[in-house]
Amino acid sequence: MSLLAPAEPAAPPGAARRQPRPPAARRLWRKATPYAYIAPFFTLFAAFGLFPLVYTAFVSLYRVELQTPGEMEWRGLGNYTAVFTDEFFWLSLRNTFTIGVLSTAPQLVMALGLAHLLNYRLRGRTFFRTAMLLPYATSVAAATLVFAQLFGRDFGLINYLIGVVGLGPVNWQTGTVASQIAVSTIVVWRWTGYNALIYLAGMQSIPQELYEAAEMDGASRWRQFVHVTLPGLRPTIVFTAVVSTIGATQLFGEPLLFEGSVSGGISHQYQTLGLYMYEQGWGFFHLGRAAAIAWVMFLLIVVVVGVNALVARRRIRKEAGR
Amino acid sequence: MTALANAPVPSAPPVQAPPEAGTPKRPGARGRSRAGRTMKAGWLAYAVLSVAVLVSAFPFYWTIVAASRSNADLAQVPPSLLPGPNLMSNFQAVMEEADIGLALLNSLIVSGSITVGTVLCCTLAGFAFAKLRFRGRGALLALTVGTMMIPPQLGVIPLFMVIAKLEWVNQLQSVILPGLVSAFGVFFMRQFLVQTLPDELIEAARVDGASSARIFWSIVVPIARPGMAVLGLLTFMAAWNDFFWPIVALSSQNPTVQVALRQLGGGYVQDQSVIMAGTLLGTLPVLLVFGLLGRQIVGGIMQGAVKG
Repeated sequence: MSLLAPAEPAAPPGAARRQPRPPAARRLWRKATPYAYIAPFFTLFAAFGLFPLVYTAFVSLYRVELQTPGEMEWRGLGNYTAVFTDEFFWLSLRNTFTIGVLSTAPQLVMALGLAHLLNYRLRGRTFFRTAMLLPYATSVAAATLVFAQLFGRDFGLINYLIGVVGLGPVNWQTGTVASQIAVSTIVVWRWTGYNALIYLAGMQSIPQELYEAAEMDGASRWRQFVHVTLPGLRPTIVFTAVVSTIGATQLFGEPLLFEGSVSGGISHQYQTLGLYMYEQGWGFFHLGRAAAIAWVMFLLIVVVVGVNALVARRRIRKEAGR
Repeated sequence: MTALANAPVPSAPPVQAPPEAGTPKRPGARGRSRAGRTMKAGWLAYAVLSVAVLVSAFPFYWTIVAASRSNADLAQVPPSLLPGPNLMSNFQAVMEEADIGLALLNSLIVSGSITVGTVLCCTLAGFAFAKLRFRGRGALLALTVGTMMIPPQLGVIPLFMVIAKLEWVNQLQSVILPGLVSAFGVFFMRQFLVQTLPDELIEAARVDGASSARIFWSIVVPIARPGMAVLGLLTFMAAWNDFFWPIVALSSQNPTVQVALRQLGGGYVQDQSVIMAGTLLGTLPVLLVFGLLGRQIVGGIMQGAVKG
């Protein structure tokens, strides 16, 4: 961190050069003003952003109960041992991963396709873009309650439609795969349009000359998509993949409200890490243990982002070498 | 600390890299590429997009249908797809089951305060990062951007311990104050001002002897206004829809809309049509904002994507 500071030398303010030496008090004031501008943000940021994140690691080493959050009793790595020996931790880790894949992959692929279509010359393109962003404006809670209704076992519209096609009703609540698909569907519904717009913005910043050149070389539309659009979008794709993956590791509201239980289904079949943390903290009152889970989730994100950055960097280097 | 600040940073550059490296300073490029050079859409494109619109919109329509019927109607096979007559009585039931009136008021207070506060803090800090020079600027900006990707959800336990100590549990400030922290907002305003605010303007005002506060209010704010509006919209929607922290900090005695919805969906209310009526009431305000300003929100998200 400290390495970065010298790279940005504190040059004297531009005005100081012109004016014939302002008095010392005024000069000091001028030097201090930038800090006045950033003070409100950084005060709040330190208190409610950085401090809780760092302090989580500290709390995770203590026994803290929900009813008496002021009392802390040293426990060392006890919370971590408790978490790592709990089968439901491993189950929720696995669920987080499978639900993450089930929600992120279709979402991004569909978003890419929709963005490609939105990038055509369209009548009513504002309408299409706005309508596709509608789910993004809905809250997790509202979306989940509606989808829980649609996925109802006996009277849900989705099972009705499946019945019309001639298949038996699916138990979207108790089946492991079925319930995870249902939960993922809510995520896909809420975020596909948003990601499509992000991709669209990326597509529009690809220089048109590249397409013209490709066309002159006789490349078909598909080949243009593969050889011009996709490489041009790579940074955007990496970005959305990182953001969606982080979102997936945090998934909480959807599994909580799908049936309204903190255990994520009767046999924890769709409990995610976020929900597991909430269950430990606010269901079983073990705040210290919940902090340990939060810290594990943080490390998970660091790994995910690190791997992503590594992949992106290697690709860029490879391209530069060509 | 170092892990916190450094880890996500490598992923941040690619985000802003493409537009800045690829097409430097071509603000009109996007508009031009749309005008005539892109391919015309065929009927298939329209068909697929229409299906996507239907899928996006159907859950809203279904909420209205379900909220205006009785529980018995919903259990019918085949289900009825048209709105029924029970909307008002279901709204009344929601008022009794969960205090949705209070919840709407609380959400309005919380989201409004967060929006005003966030836009103000972020414009101030964004301006400093964009146009002022000071020791530690690079480091502080890197710290802000670096933590942008870390979900605030991970800090809820210490945060809860703090507000419990302050005896703020169940009080609105426990949701408002942490909601004011937006690293994204600072970065967004910085990028906006880097591109729109000419250095010469500030320089000229300074030569004329304008005070720093004067420069901010009479020069920076008017130019920053479009960016502030977009940030305000995005912040309002995010604050209205925020879920994890409010259900930890508040309870059904003093709920926001999302807390009330959680209570409705918590299994105590068996009547599906009442749950849907609550969902409808809780979603209407954001839908209203979206209906009026959807275009600006779309623009803001696409802008944010290109800028970072």
